[in-house]
Amino acid sequence: MRKVFGPICALTGLMFVCAPLLIARAPYESTMGLVQKIFYFHVPSWMAMYAAIAVCGIASAVHLFKNRPAADRLAVSAAELAVLFGAMGLVTGPLWGRKAWGVWWQWDARLTMALLLELVFISYLLVRSYGGPGSDKLAATVGLFGLAVSPFVYVSVNIWRTVHPLNTVVPTLRAGMFGPFWFCSVAFLLLFTLLLMLRTNLANEQALLDDLYLADEE
Amino acid sequence: MMTKQSFAVVGIVLLSAQLFALQAPSGQTPAGQAPPGQGEFLPVDQLPPSEQLPAAPLLITAYAFVWIAVFFYVWTVWRRLNKVEAEMRVLEKRQRNPR
Repeated sequence: MRKVFGPICALTGLMFVCAPLLIARAPYESTMGLVQKIFYFHVPSWMAMYAAIAVCGIASAVHLFKNRPAADRLAVSAAELAVLFGAMGLVTGPLWGRKAWGVWWQWDARLTMALLLELVFISYLLVRSYGGPGSDKLAATVGLFGLAVSPFVYVSVNIWRTVHPLNTVVPTLRAGMFGPFWFCSVAFLLLFTLLLMLRTNLANEQALLDDLYLADEE
Repeated sequence: MMTKQSFAVVGIVLLSAQLFALQAPSGQTPAGQAPPGQGEFLPVDQLPPSEQLPAAPLLITAYAFVWIAVFFYVWTVWRRLNKVEAEMRVLEKRQRNPR
């Protein structure tokens, strides 16, 4: 794992250096103009959040049913990243909406469900921090719940009438927008992988420290 | 029995009510007629600068927030890792030199 950390770190850094150049060169959207360029960081941040939710949910299921502490450490790391990338989406979205819709926030199905999904993973971290003994299993159920509800957040724009654009907007992008969008998406997914490795390393070190304390007490 | 004077008072009251109604802004517009000021379409980029919401500050804030959030998170992980490693060193030292 340590062998791939350096190359991934270098590649992610390079991609994030190149991303602003590609975004600046991308064509302007006809109705929204400059503010639409938030899209290149807004949507990839949600993609990274969904990746974090998938990792957290699957690792939580493994810990819950097979009692693997390594899976639990992966789940808690991914939950933290779900909160981080979700916060990015929840902040960049209203900044875009203020110009495009004329309002910072609208309590419609998509926006509200996205906020609730963020709160689910904040609650996961709160359970882990203040739940006491056995909180890992309780948090694992919260992680599984987060994974189960995430598809509903994704399809909510197709089911209910909201101010948010439909999910079908990405395949209809112009050629000049398509490249920067996928470039940023890959960069965000690499950043997620990198941060997950970093955070899992911290969780492993914390577990080692706990073992050392236990050995010291004995 | 109504006198000429009372007729005059009622007349003045009705007249002033009519005048007041004509001067008051009307909530309804005749069918097929747009309210004043809304009849002409003006593209958003042709609005006077005082009425336009600049996009650049919103865009810069969005990108800056993403970067600040990433750096802040990496800093918190680094800080926690340093703390754990420091505790490990203390514990290892204690195990090597028991009292």
